[in-house]
Amino acid sequence: MTFELFIFYVFATVTVVSAVGVVTIRNPVYAALFLILAFFTSAATWILLEAEFLGVVLVLVYVGAVMVLFLFVIMMLDINIDPLREGFIRYLPLGILVAVVIAAEIILVVSSDVFTMAIPDAMPADYSNTEALGEILYTEYVYPFELAAVILVVAIIAAISLTMRKRNDLTKHQNITEQVRTKSSDRLRIVKMKTEEKL
Amino acid sequence: MDSLIAIWESVPEALRIVIVILLKIVAILLPVILAVAYTTFAERKIIGYMQVRCGPNRVGPKGWLQPIADVVKLMFKEIITPTKANKAVFFIAPMLALAPALAVWAVIPFWEGGVLSDINAGLLFVLAITSLDVFGIILAGWASNSKYAILSSMRVGAQVVAYEIAMGFALVGVLMAAGSLNLSDIVNAQSGGIQNWFMWPLFGLLVVYFIAGVAETNRAPFDVAEGESEIVAGFHVEYSGMAFALFFLAEYASMLLISVLTVLLFLGGWLSPFGNLFADIPVLGFILGDGIHWLFMKAFFFLVLYLWFRATFPRYRYDQIMRLGWKILIPVTLIWIFGEGIAIGLGWEPWK
Repeated sequence: MTFELFIFYVFATVTVVSAVGVVTIRNPVYAALFLILAFFTSAATWILLEAEFLGVVLVLVYVGAVMVLFLFVIMMLDINIDPLREGFIRYLPLGILVAVVIAAEIILVVSSDVFTMAIPDAMPADYSNTEALGEILYTEYVYPFELAAVILVVAIIAAISLTMRKRNDLTKHQNITEQVRTKSSDRLRIVKMKTEEKL
Repeated sequence: MDSLIAIWESVPEALRIVIVILLKIVAILLPVILAVAYTTFAERKIIGYMQVRCGPNRVGPKGWLQPIADVVKLMFKEIITPTKANKAVFFIAPMLALAPALAVWAVIPFWEGGVLSDINAGLLFVLAITSLDVFGIILAGWASNSKYAILSSMRVGAQVVAYEIAMGFALVGVLMAAGSLNLSDIVNAQSGGIQNWFMWPLFGLLVVYFIAGVAETNRAPFDVAEGESEIVAGFHVEYSGMAFALFFLAEYASMLLISVLTVLLFLGGWLSPFGNLFADIPVLGFILGDGIHWLFMKAFFFLVLYLWFRATFPRYRYDQIMRLGWKILIPVTLIWIFGEGIAIGLGWEPWK
């Protein structure tokens, strides 16, 4: 067993164990932590596959941003686990059916001819996955790439417009630009008056 | 001596590589940790002088042993766990805070070729690993089972996600100018004297990057995570002894990292501001030429900026932090990158 293979098995085992942990553990925060571990070890596996850009971006986007917001939401909720577990037996047959169908599909896909190609040779040491990806993304796939960007922008605008609330003019609110631009002369007036005469 | 070489050569090849790498890691991390200890001392001294006090001056000559005394004190303190705390996460959290803060140093070049791992996606690696820093703080707040701590976690989560975007965009500007993600290449793209450093064409990005860096490390004036006047001490209220010290270590290691990164990306890293002007003069040429001492001096300047901010600015209000991040810093970086893109498109590249 080469050293690379050993590393691969370590990361693969951790990925599988943590993925199982995500769905079996009861505490939602632990489940989220296992998901982070699963993302992290899959990123390591991708880097082993010489796809370092994808691996690093997986950590950056999913672990560093998405999971932070995920944890944020989970920690805010006071999740009562008992009601969630009600009807476990009642829905069990349906659940098993779905699981079997998914497992059968995965087995069919993995055992098909698509994955029987020979192992490609390792790239030379100065090969940069980031550059290779950038070159193909901005030449051959430039239109699909830009289309995806536009769709994402539309999604962002939709999300913002859905959660934006119109402020009623009667409610008090702060205008920060105005606050920042105030000068002392706007707020403070120095009044000069004569002292009262003694009686 | 010969017997030592013989012992070394009898060690298998693979093991020898591992030993060398481990020794390099120690050689990088030991100075980092020492620097952290003396940064805390420098902070107390410099802020002391700014406020016309002396700062710590009792332990050792002129107070120079103060950080050692602090470390010893923290080590011997009892670590108290709150009864209702989540024990496992409570102890994992400080380690999760410290590990990424130290792991990033693997790709930081200190001089020409002086880097542990010279990977070609270095800048991305830095961005990815520093984005993990926040988990330690968030989990610490949750595991403590305390209202103040969880409030602090919420603040940190929102703040870090907001400022990471501005930071990432500032880095995009740098990699467009340098044409590489490798940190050594980025520094070498700035060679040829002070006028070639990226701080001139990318001045706006330098300012945004450093402000975002201060916010990322939760330092004053963006230290709402600790906000003594509002939420006691934030995420580490329930921590004591070494567990607390790990958070402290992580925060200062991140401060050092942001200072060094700012220097590498915008101020030419280890490059001398004079270029090759004095290369022919024997001793002076060595001192005024490129070298790690320039990196230290420039990084020290930014470290002092951190302390200066803390001594000068009152704490930002939370909603104003969000406004600064989303409505000012991100648009500034976007406009700057847009202008830079046009400049590159027209072939007008002043940094070359």
